[in-house]
Amino acid sequence: MHPSPDPGIWLAAILTLAGFSFLWRDNPFFKVMEHMLVGVSAGYYLVQYAYSALYKKLYVPLVVQGNLLFAGCAILGLMVFARLFPKRSWLSRYPVAFYVAAGAGYSIPSTIQARVVKQMQVTMVNFLDQGSVIAVISGFLLFLGVVTVLLYFFFSAEHRGVLGAASKIGIVTLMIGFGASFGYTVMSRITLLIGRFQFLLGDWLGFL
Amino acid sequence: MSDSDLPYHSPNDTAPIIPCRGSGTSSSLRRISHGPAAFMHHLFRETSAFVWTGHGSAPTFLASVSITRVPEDRNGMMYSIVPLLVAAFLSSAEAEVRMTAVDTPNDGGGSITLRWIPLVQTEYAESVSVLGLYRRDGLGGERIGLAELALGDSAFIDEDVVNRQRYVYEIEAEFPSSTAILGTAEGTAATQWFRTDRSAVFVAVVVFTGLLLWFTYHARSGRRMFIRRIAGLEAVEEAVGRATEMGKPIMYIPGISSMDDVATIASIQILAQVAKKAGEYGTRLMVPNRDPIVMAVAQEIVKESYNQIGRPDLYNHDDIYYVTYSQFGYAAAVSGIMLRERPATNFLLGMFYAESLILSETGNTTGAIQIAGTDSDAQLPFFITSCDYTLIGEELYAASVYLSREPMLLGSLKAQDYAKALLLALTAIGVVLSIAGIPQFARAFH
Repeated sequence: MHPSPDPGIWLAAILTLAGFSFLWRDNPFFKVMEHMLVGVSAGYYLVQYAYSALYKKLYVPLVVQGNLLFAGCAILGLMVFARLFPKRSWLSRYPVAFYVAAGAGYSIPSTIQARVVKQMQVTMVNFLDQGSVIAVISGFLLFLGVVTVLLYFFFSAEHRGVLGAASKIGIVTLMIGFGASFGYTVMSRITLLIGRFQFLLGDWLGFL
Repeated sequence: MSDSDLPYHSPNDTAPIIPCRGSGTSSSLRRISHGPAAFMHHLFRETSAFVWTGHGSAPTFLASVSITRVPEDRNGMMYSIVPLLVAAFLSSAEAEVRMTAVDTPNDGGGSITLRWIPLVQTEYAESVSVLGLYRRDGLGGERIGLAELALGDSAFIDEDVVNRQRYVYEIEAEFPSSTAILGTAEGTAATQWFRTDRSAVFVAVVVFTGLLLWFTYHARSGRRMFIRRIAGLEAVEEAVGRATEMGKPIMYIPGISSMDDVATIASIQILAQVAKKAGEYGTRLMVPNRDPIVMAVAQEIVKESYNQIGRPDLYNHDDIYYVTYSQFGYAAAVSGIMLRERPATNFLLGMFYAESLILSETGNTTGAIQIAGTDSDAQLPFFITSCDYTLIGEELYAASVYLSREPMLLGSLKAQDYAKALLLALTAIGVVLSIAGIPQFARAFH
């Protein structure tokens, strides 16, 4: 056993153990770790955004490059702070409304492209001409899965009869997919846990 | 290409490269090494390379070709006829290193795409030692190096250009004893207002908007519209009532994404309905936020909801608060709050990432009734295993309509359903036609 002489390693190890102590119950060690994490991250992101947003995306284009379009952005940004003044807090709704509308306008086409059109592209294939029996079955199951899952998310009709049977196949398809995703993600989390133990037993205590 | 740029001089060779003017935007060069060309090159061995800029026709080429250095001990007649032979040879030969520079299609500008025949397919493959790509900012501008190329490279996207400015690109090769410019091309970047590769999306948005307007019109005219039962949403009333009976607060977590996320927008709409129900029962509602803009929107939504039910006094600014932007800092803080405040009901609706299980499992250990929902297929399994009710994907989008039953929103839900039916029909048609050997229909979506 050769414990690390680095105080940074010791601090990280103690905070890691404080985080793990939450598995037992809420306790003062976890509270210290939690408050440190929240405080340090809040300070870190404040500095990071002050630099990346205020300086790089506002000060440089507006003041250094003289692009006056950014003055409008600055005004919109300042209007958010109107929330601090109750009588003028209504002003903050304008930048928020602009942000929500721009966000929706930006994300809807990309969502349709990524989740609708792409799905249609990969489904509309001749699955009978895939070269092997397994590929044909796989293609058919993909088509069946897409159709039945879409029918499951049909809200305008009661799920009875044919629609009910199809939607049941759809939810089973979803659950099979979720099961596979669950297993895959748990494995990746186990990897993270192993990484922490390697840090504790290796970097900190020197067992490894 | 202007006369001021020519002739090109090889850095490692005293002999100049002979330029020949053309009219196009692509170019080629033949480095003559064998056959009749090698013979002529032997005669003019001080001349290291021939550059032919553009697709100039043979007469154009003949008119502009020039030799700048001619050995003095050669026969005069011979010297006058050889350039013509060289020109004839080059004009009849297929270009080996053609290069094009075009504005990158379907982008926001600031990008030029270069393409050329990979040198690995040409006679230069074995003799070139270093291949470089250079750019001049406009005619006569400073020449800068962009990249060192491999012989197999055939394209390069220059994303560091200004729109509407002319750039000249050159591929330069270093041979064991000389350097030559193998190809040049000119290009200009521009912004495209319409992405032709997204035409299917445009059509989908237009069709969906049409359906939306149609069903909204009918919903407002009083037409009854049916929505099937969604178990998770039926439980909202029960969950709020439970918190009221237990005298404990409700915690609403709107995900950790920003307001440009569809799931967050859906979550905020559900928050309005939950706030109304909580306000009706006089139950405290807590909303910890990771994103400051989402927090501002959530504050406005909750305040507005309380106003609508006539209970503005219930609004507590400090109950809708900012925690931190750090993903796991947020998860740790909210987990701690769950253990200390012991909310009777947790809503986890919106976009979640790796913190989903931490939050839902902590809520589970406190005994809270939990209603979760997200469109993140990677996180749904964790919610399904640790929450009482889970809204899967589009159920999250339908939730606010289901809870409010507002005609405008009902129309949008109906439009979504009919859009899905249309997509289903198109997909089925595409599959059938593909099986029947008519793939053109499916290709229209690519």
